[in-house]
Amino acid sequence: MSKTFDVIILGGGPAGYVCAIRCAQLGLNAAVIEREKLGGVCVNVGCIPSKALLHSAHMAHVVQHDAKLLGIDVGQVKLDYGVAMKRSRQVSEQNSKGVGFLMKKHKVTVVSGTGVLQEGRRVQVGNDVYTAAKAVVLATGTRVKGIPQIGLDINKTSVISSDEALFLDQAPKSLAVVGAGAVGMEFADIFNAFGSEVTVIEALPRVLPVEDTESSATLARVFKKRKIKVLVGATIKSAKVTAKKVTLDVAVSGKSETIEVEKVLMAAGRALNIEGVGLDTTGIQLDERGFVKVDELLRTTADGVYCIGDIAGPPMLAHKGSREGVFVAEVIAGQSPRQIRYDNIPSVTYCHPEVASIGFTEDQCKEQQIDYKVGRFPFTANGRARAANETDGFVKIICDTKYGEILGAHIVASHASELIHELAVARANEYTIEEIELAVHAHPTLSEAVAEAALDAMGRVMHA
Amino acid sequence: MATKVVMEALSPTMEEGRIASWLKHEGDTIEAGDILAEVETDKAIMELQARGHGVLRKILLAEGGTTEVGSLVAVIAAEDEDIADLLAGTAGGTGTAESSEPPAAPTREPPAAAAPPPVAGGATARVKASPLARRLAAERGVDLAAVTGSGPGGRIVKRDLEGPGMPAAATPQPLVSPIGSYEDVVPSQLRKTIARRLVQSLGPIPHFFLTTEVDMERAAEARASLNALGDAKISFNDIIVKVTAAALQQHRECNAWWQDDVIRYFNEVHISMAVAIEDGLITPVVRNAHAKSLREIAVETRALAERARERKLTPEEYTGGTFSISNLGMFGIDEFTAVINPPEAGILAIGAIAEKAVIQDGAVTARRRMRVTMSCDHRVIDGATGARFMQTLTRMLENPLAIVW
Repeated sequence: MSKTFDVIILGGGPAGYVCAIRCAQLGLNAAVIEREKLGGVCVNVGCIPSKALLHSAHMAHVVQHDAKLLGIDVGQVKLDYGVAMKRSRQVSEQNSKGVGFLMKKHKVTVVSGTGVLQEGRRVQVGNDVYTAAKAVVLATGTRVKGIPQIGLDINKTSVISSDEALFLDQAPKSLAVVGAGAVGMEFADIFNAFGSEVTVIEALPRVLPVEDTESSATLARVFKKRKIKVLVGATIKSAKVTAKKVTLDVAVSGKSETIEVEKVLMAAGRALNIEGVGLDTTGIQLDERGFVKVDELLRTTADGVYCIGDIAGPPMLAHKGSREGVFVAEVIAGQSPRQIRYDNIPSVTYCHPEVASIGFTEDQCKEQQIDYKVGRFPFTANGRARAANETDGFVKIICDTKYGEILGAHIVASHASELIHELAVARANEYTIEEIELAVHAHPTLSEAVAEAALDAMGRVMHA
Repeated sequence: MATKVVMEALSPTMEEGRIASWLKHEGDTIEAGDILAEVETDKAIMELQARGHGVLRKILLAEGGTTEVGSLVAVIAAEDEDIADLLAGTAGGTGTAESSEPPAAPTREPPAAAAPPPVAGGATARVKASPLARRLAAERGVDLAAVTGSGPGGRIVKRDLEGPGMPAAATPQPLVSPIGSYEDVVPSQLRKTIARRLVQSLGPIPHFFLTTEVDMERAAEARASLNALGDAKISFNDIIVKVTAAALQQHRECNAWWQDDVIRYFNEVHISMAVAIEDGLITPVVRNAHAKSLREIAVETRALAERARERKLTPEEYTGGTFSISNLGMFGIDEFTAVINPPEAGILAIGAIAEKAVIQDGAVTARRRMRVTMSCDHRVIDGATGARFMQTLTRMLENPLAIVW
């Protein structure tokens, strides 16, 4: 096998494999080095299997709580997390194989093993050394991490991460989720639906702290209604860990609370896979936040080495990494792709209801002293949402007062993840609030709530 | 592509102009920004600048000739470019083209003989612009046909309307339009007399000077803590630009132009920033400095200074300031006076920041201090007026949080 390629990509996750496909499309001979499975965290232990479990969780919720109302009496309901888990594994496997198929189709060489970068665009894998004629792309991604400082090191039995949660045979009786970001909220949703007694512990004053405060508040309310205990502004003072149970000492709003659970799921932050990659020996610097330092073309400080995905900086999202993969492939091929608009990357949490957003939050508009107005529309006033018995949530669009520029949009809804893209397209094309409303929206749809929120921003809301 | 040279409105009230002298001659190579001619307007001798590059192919109005604003006076084009059509259209000034062949391009619009655009060519192409860009342009009076788009397929997007020089670059009167809103106040008879007498006594602009020493300790702390955030490095000069703009917002009486028959008070602050270049100096303008964050000012001044040194500034980028700042602190100059940049009415001369012994609460301590001297045009600014502005400026520099107050 030839050991020289045009482009060598370290990491076969959504950043790396997409970069490889784009390289191939542009006539570059590319290799992907992957030490685990193709598709990375996203396909194997992240986005994809968790969506499969969330689907099970949602069905479990509907069957248990809404079926009778919908005219379906299912009698005694028996839930089995193990079965749901196995199905999620099949979905992951299919997707990972799909990535393998795509690599073959585009004649991308996949090298199994751990790549270590060396001087002169060379990468060592085991005893082999591969040379990149044009560029090396770092896309090694991130992994779960615990908080050893407070005694919560991941022991994979009682203190687990999403990596283990995705392989449990049964739902734990009780579970504390540390961190109320997207991952924490999704697993809280899954295990609550499968019968676990769930407590979510968040250090910041609200759940989904990076989302708009209204989204956080709505989700906190829905979770409480579902008997998920939500502790915000809570600090874990100490943890007593045995293989069978964990006792947490939590300080929340000046009071101390003891929480005893079968398992703790760590969902606060991720560690960068940058150790042993060869950054130090090739002069690749990190930025002040600890990410790999890149310029506007995603070049690192080493000649001919690019960096994409999670380790190149936030947001740590698969779709951001993929876009960077495409961008870098085009740069390497000598094209001048349009700069990635990092201010226009949608963010989604797939619990029920889903939370999706793009652009500025209202607080950010206030901080920047932007003259803005807000249009809102609740799903309680949307016919389709009522018909589907899913009326939790709203659409909120923030726009500039003078020109109607869409500054941000926040959606909490059963299908918020799908609804947000109307606003992503609008922002990418610089549509104003008026163009949103001008487009005729089909009736009855959840999307009508987007048009109504736009109308509301113009002071002409119709159905609320 | 050929560039039409038209008689520009070089003052707000100008309707026609007389070519006092041509500084370039037919056959000369022209760079954008070159001074082509001196034009006598209703008020003064002004410079007519080139808006494109190439060769000065044809001069249509001889020295001493007068024509109305908007009329073609010369053509700049590539050496071998056919300019017959351009010249034909001007015959007699009334419009119909006399070229022997019909124009190749289909005419979508009735031929507009009046109001020729400053740049010829491509006039019938559909303008591609985002809805937001269209709204911004409409609001600001920018002609999208004159804007270069940077979006997909050359589409004009918001960013294209936000660079330095916008909307100036697109409007037919580049020298007077980038200024935003202002109010012209007819000077009183008293002020007119003051103006006349002061000019007689002190030369064209009656300068006077106000000096103060500013404690820069808190500004230095603010700068250090901002720079600890990373990103754009903030210089003291950036802070001074920002604070000056903020102080001018409170003292509109110092943010003004002497316009002979009116004093023009500006609502927006555009800071002219003196930059030393190889064989002289130039004053790129930070537009709407009052509305920009320190970070934006830092990035913009860096870019402007660099372009100034590379001599790449467009006329729109170095004209239209409302107040100037000259900083010789980096040369260790403790204190100096600067010459006013007309028609602006004031300029700040910034000295070096140095540790000095200062008596504070009865004890001698070392403090970082900076001497600032304001040159004022006495026709516009009186002593007490300037002093009040300097007081605000000092207060803000000594307590930088006041910027957001």
